[in-house]
Amino acid sequence: MRNLLSKIRDTLNNDNLAGYLFISPWLIGFFAFMVIPMGLSLYLSFTRYSVLTPPVWIGLQNYKEIFTADPRFWQALKVTFTYVLGAVPLRLIFALFLAVLFSQKRALVGLYRTMYYIPSLIGGSVAVAVMWRQLFGVYGALNSALIKAGLIETGFGWNTHPKTALLSLIVLAAWQFGSPMLIFLAGLKQIPASLYESAAIDGANWWQTFFKITLPMLSPIIFFNLVMQLINNFMVFTQAYIITGGQPFDRTLVYILYLFQKGFTYSQMGYACALAWILLFIIGVITAFIFKSSAGWVYYESKGDF
Amino acid sequence: MKRLKKTAGSVAYHGFILLFGFFMFYPVMWLIASSFKEHAEIFQNAHSLIPNQFHFENYAQGWKGFGGVTFGTFFKNSFIISSISTFGQIFSASLVAYGFSRIKFFGKKFWFKVMIITMLLPGQVLQIPQYLLFNKLGWIDTFKPLILPSFFAGPFFIFLMVQFIQGLPIELDEAARIDGCDRYSIYFRIILPNIKPALITAGIFSFYWTWNNFLQALLYIQTIEKYPASLALQLFSDPTSVTHWGAMFAMAVLSLVPIFLIFITFQKHLVEGISTTGLKG
Repeated sequence: MRNLLSKIRDTLNNDNLAGYLFISPWLIGFFAFMVIPMGLSLYLSFTRYSVLTPPVWIGLQNYKEIFTADPRFWQALKVTFTYVLGAVPLRLIFALFLAVLFSQKRALVGLYRTMYYIPSLIGGSVAVAVMWRQLFGVYGALNSALIKAGLIETGFGWNTHPKTALLSLIVLAAWQFGSPMLIFLAGLKQIPASLYESAAIDGANWWQTFFKITLPMLSPIIFFNLVMQLINNFMVFTQAYIITGGQPFDRTLVYILYLFQKGFTYSQMGYACALAWILLFIIGVITAFIFKSSAGWVYYESKGDF
Repeated sequence: MKRLKKTAGSVAYHGFILLFGFFMFYPVMWLIASSFKEHAEIFQNAHSLIPNQFHFENYAQGWKGFGGVTFGTFFKNSFIISSISTFGQIFSASLVAYGFSRIKFFGKKFWFKVMIITMLLPGQVLQIPQYLLFNKLGWIDTFKPLILPSFFAGPFFIFLMVQFIQGLPIELDEAARIDGCDRYSIYFRIILPNIKPALITAGIFSFYWTWNNFLQALLYIQTIEKYPASLALQLFSDPTSVTHWGAMFAMAVLSLVPIFLIFITFQKHLVEGISTTGLKG
């Protein structure tokens, strides 16, 4: 009996078994919530499936239809790319700009940093989306202020007009630059002071120091922020769903919203799965491209453990 | 002269940050102000930050909710979902992180890489197959789809804790082993107590992500009694049905209070957490 017990103990303490036991929560979840759904989704993308009746295999039909006979798909792509190309650079530029300001040793900097982070803290919530709709609405605060200032005479529907609706969503995204800002701040602190000191001795001005020292030393962080922000912004949903609902005339129909409509409003699950795979492919290509290009502009001092 | 220049620089610095900050903060202040405004005032003098009169009854009105279900129920649901998921997330992620950072096992590097790649994989892409799966399991209109996946360690949280555990001296483990601890007691007695800051950081993030979670709630919850606050707020604010704007803003403010409280209490951990791991965008 004692022998058996100690045997069990030994087995449990075997590194291979213990290792897999410890990582099992993730490993099981990985298969249950990722591998299996992905397989299922790939299969369904080749079928016509409305949930009520079993899926019917139709080969590449969905993909063919998406690329050749679905103007809303192209519209969703256009909207999403415009959104990403607007939101990501704005976010990163604001984030970097304020991180540089907040990296100075001055009074109240800690407080400022916290205050500037708050929009990011609450930005993803339904409450803020609801607020944004009101802020930019015909009877909203923006119009009211503009009228008071004598700039316009009657209210303008910022988030309902075809020309500005998407812009109101981009502004909301740009407003939440807090997280990349904090990451930049941490990166700025890592740059050795000695570099700046020798630059000062050489008589470099602020711009030279910024472009020759700060930016290159920060490039791994810029790279990280860029990748994360791209992926995040491609996935925008809640804000578009609540603030504009894709309106007017699909001018704010972001990709995930379209996917959601196809899947859950029109019950075209197979079609929606094909849409998901196309998006995954696009994001994969963009990420791979950034990773490839990074060798040219990202400067690494040392390599990590893994 | 030099001193004067320095003072001028300081004034410009703080002046700019405060001015820019005002615009940044205006929407938040406006939301709070609107929650105290009378219905007509919300539309008449929309941009003003100071209500003519403070209408606290907006809060009472909003709290009543809709369909006879109060916001008390919605907040209770949000708390149940967020706190159980957070517990699951912290516990499972710390187990996995310990495995990855302290045990040498076959295939470890491979699985770690896979985990990092899944961190880049956008979850929304899996929404439909996951929905179909949960539907098959009969989990629709229950909290299960919102809670159970958290018990299977999200890669972000694992990564955060791996970083932290790697910063702990390995001598701690070795000393414990000499004292007769096995893997499992090292995890419980040495690692867990020593990674408290990482647990707190992960906990805050997990809590406020689930608290804000809207898409999942929208997909899986159907009965009003089971609505979390995020979903209730959205229904409540449907432009075609809103009759009491002040009340809606009041509940919007209230739904942000827990997030603010947690942020203020654990501010330092949060900032450190984001900085060290580059968590969340």
